[in-house]
Amino acid sequence: MPKLTIDGKEIEVPAGTTIIQAAEKLGINIPRYCYHPALPVSGNCRICLVEVEKQPKLQIACYTPVAEGMVVKTTSQKTLDTRKTVLEFLLVNHPVDCPVCDQAGECKLQDYYMEHGQYNSRLVDVKVKKHKKAVSIGPTVMLDQERCILCTRCVRYTDSITKTNELGVFNRGDHSELDVVPGMQLDNKYSGNVVDICPVGALTDKDFRFKCRVWYLGQTKSVCPGCSMGCNSEIHWDKQRPRVEKTARVMRLKPRLNPEVNNYWLCDEGRYSYKSIDENRVLYPQMNNELVSWEKAIDAVASAIKNSPASKVGIISSAQLTNEDLYAVRKLFKDTLKISNVDFQVAQKPGYSDDFLIKADKNPNTAGAKLILQSLSGQDATQILEKAKRGEIEVLYVFGHDLIALYGKPMVMEIVKHVKTIIWQGTTVNETCSYAHIILPSAVYAEKDGTFTNVQKRVQRIWQAFLPLAEAKADWNILNMIAKKLGHDLKMESSEGLFCEMTSAVPAFSEMTYEKIGEQGMIVKS
Amino acid sequence: MQKVTTRNFDTPNSFRIDTYIKNQGYEAARKALTQMTPAQVIDEVKNANLRGLGGAGFATGMKWSFIPKDNPKPKYLVVNGDEGEPGTFKDKYILELDPHALIEGMIITCYAIGSHKGYVYIRGEYLKSIERLRSAIQEAHQKGFLGKGIMGTSFDLEIVVHQGAGAYICGEETALLESLEGKKGFPRLKPPFPAVVGLFGCPTVINNVETLACVGPIILKGAQWYAQLGCEKNGGNRIFCVSGHVNKPGIYELPNGTTLREIIYQHAGGILNGRQLKAVIPGGISAPLLTPDQLDVKMDFDSLKAAGTMAGSGGIIVMDDSTCMVWAAMIAARFYAHESCGQCSPCREGSGWVYRNIKRIYHGEGRPVDLKNLPGIVGNIGGNTICAFGDAVTMCISSYVQKFRHEFEAHVNEEKCGLCSKHQEVAN
Repeated sequence: MPKLTIDGKEIEVPAGTTIIQAAEKLGINIPRYCYHPALPVSGNCRICLVEVEKQPKLQIACYTPVAEGMVVKTTSQKTLDTRKTVLEFLLVNHPVDCPVCDQAGECKLQDYYMEHGQYNSRLVDVKVKKHKKAVSIGPTVMLDQERCILCTRCVRYTDSITKTNELGVFNRGDHSELDVVPGMQLDNKYSGNVVDICPVGALTDKDFRFKCRVWYLGQTKSVCPGCSMGCNSEIHWDKQRPRVEKTARVMRLKPRLNPEVNNYWLCDEGRYSYKSIDENRVLYPQMNNELVSWEKAIDAVASAIKNSPASKVGIISSAQLTNEDLYAVRKLFKDTLKISNVDFQVAQKPGYSDDFLIKADKNPNTAGAKLILQSLSGQDATQILEKAKRGEIEVLYVFGHDLIALYGKPMVMEIVKHVKTIIWQGTTVNETCSYAHIILPSAVYAEKDGTFTNVQKRVQRIWQAFLPLAEAKADWNILNMIAKKLGHDLKMESSEGLFCEMTSAVPAFSEMTYEKIGEQGMIVKS
Repeated sequence: MQKVTTRNFDTPNSFRIDTYIKNQGYEAARKALTQMTPAQVIDEVKNANLRGLGGAGFATGMKWSFIPKDNPKPKYLVVNGDEGEPGTFKDKYILELDPHALIEGMIITCYAIGSHKGYVYIRGEYLKSIERLRSAIQEAHQKGFLGKGIMGTSFDLEIVVHQGAGAYICGEETALLESLEGKKGFPRLKPPFPAVVGLFGCPTVINNVETLACVGPIILKGAQWYAQLGCEKNGGNRIFCVSGHVNKPGIYELPNGTTLREIIYQHAGGILNGRQLKAVIPGGISAPLLTPDQLDVKMDFDSLKAAGTMAGSGGIIVMDDSTCMVWAAMIAARFYAHESCGQCSPCREGSGWVYRNIKRIYHGEGRPVDLKNLPGIVGNIGGNTICAFGDAVTMCISSYVQKFRHEFEAHVNEEKCGLCSKHQEVAN
């Protein structure tokens, strides 16, 4: 293991480590444009040139491997002077149109120039005119060639990560232009990632453009609920303007680094799924198509359950719920009320999947639901629904599912005919909820704390970004209210409390805590 | 004086294999293949002090010895015949007039490095060179000098001719490899060097056409003979390509170490129309300028380096006292701006910026501050890029600004220098 010195600090790193990686371990961030840890090294931007003792020329930190006794100076005058000149060159043909650029505020040209620029421009010559400014290159991405610094991160991404090869640099010298290959569009399942890795404003997200300046965004760590992969994400929400009716709170989703799950990436479907957080929500408790108070709705639910034998109550839970919600379902319905008709596995057709991130199971918590509910239940949700259809169920409690989409209208009509009380608890309006007698609005994942267990059986945290919309409440919270009404104090007061209790009740989760799960998740015990 | 690489140029039909064979052709290859081990061949070339004549002057035998012996991958010989350096036109003549000298050199080299496939990358515009080499390869095949079991030995060799597509940067050896592999001609990050990871990821030697044309005579007549033709550490002759304001422009094969004065005044017939010499580019456009007081410099790699310039590709461009040096610098800058591959930001953005800056000065639109800034801007390119192109921009343009600053000042202060009127407007 070579030992080297960077800015006076000694460090020992495995052979083959590059200077930029070794510096990172010391907390020294060397500027970079073309370098990206998930992509092959290109070495073209030259901003990471650093002084290495006994080397006549500065060396690029992204490519130069460390060596025994190497002395690197990332802040020497020579290094800083060169950094300045590289920035000067990068801006020679750049339009500096920051006031109208969506990247402003998260642009590496801006950031490094604030730190290292030479503020009196020496350029008087006319800039090279590039062909495409604000041109669509696919369903999700806009290209601005003038702003492009030709770092080729996006080209290498489409070459080596998606292997779709849509992008290239065309022409030569200062007439070089980034573009899509003639006849192609940047249209793949993961195209949005090029916007994240673009260090400047050359590639911007059509969906996000001009919606909000980035400095007005609150950022909350989360996990994408779009499929069982559980890609780590960050919810970016508008913190400046309090929500008014019909104005969305969430502005965009960004991937969050987790080398064990999604690395730096997020699929487009997941990326643009955030709209369901604000759109089409169930906002207030309802009974027979009339808005009611929570108190009245809970009263009705409690008396329906109380007046029916446990064997005639059916609970169709969901793998969309968090582990904590699912544990509350189990605690109330199975353990306390001794209801045996409890399951979550509805007849869902597998969706699109590939060998990268997208999984066929579009639920974020199937693995968690199996661990928490299935071990106790002999029957699946479809069997319970068949019972309901045959008139063997009096109270049917459905968590969010659109049964009409899953089983067809005739089947649901039969159920409606036979079941006395249908309770539907969920986040988003669907066709099925109009047939429910009682509707309970629940919080979406961005509105609550909790955990999901992904396909790798990794338990991952989600954090509350903002309060639930209107009168919605976390599922476990609603269940706690019902329990209280039924005379059971189950002490389901917080998601962390529920998780803590679950770790002793469900062996797979034993010894886990929110703190231990942290930001990168933790695999369950097998 | 004994000629080496141009020895057959005056013979009629020199490019035909029969003519070549009559003049001891392919005897060197036979000697190497039947009487020498690969190590002996490498030693012979090392002792001959043969240095790469493409421009870098790296010791040829040494380069060959870098090919790893224990690497199970195939080894390749790639011949650089891109000849893009302005002022250089020697490989063209070898390919047209003595293509068998190259083929014989390739057979010996491939034998020495254990390669069974050679690629010749030829500048796209050199149609005649390509045609001549292709028919020479065909002739060599017919005689059993190429293909399977060459000259009755167990040594096999195939040669592929590849036509370049018109980029100066493809003369840079790793950009050439990229181009040969079918990619855009972008120089590679080094290390690894081509000797370890070269063409198609395999160990590769890349040599210039002229360099390989010297190999046959070295094997036939011995290292000692070749070394003493030249000067210390720089054996043999080289072909100097003289162009510009001289009475007899052309190629001259002369010993390494011949003075620049001798080349210009004795061989090339002196300055055109009896005018005075103003500046000389000694080794292709990228070599810094020399002035008349430096004419006694010896033309070899080490002496020219000591004189602050470089031997480069042997392209001598002579400029007389009617030349406006701002104009000349602008032409050079335009060339670099046009040919920068665009990979590294300092070279990509800098070469165009420098050109536009000089162009403005040339047209009398320069400000004193432009002249003040120019050396700094030019200087920031070199040393900060992947390949030597950036260094070339800096070396070349800086030498104009340093040595002829007064002409730049005249353009800035008086809008012209008195010499420009006769120059044509240049496009773009």
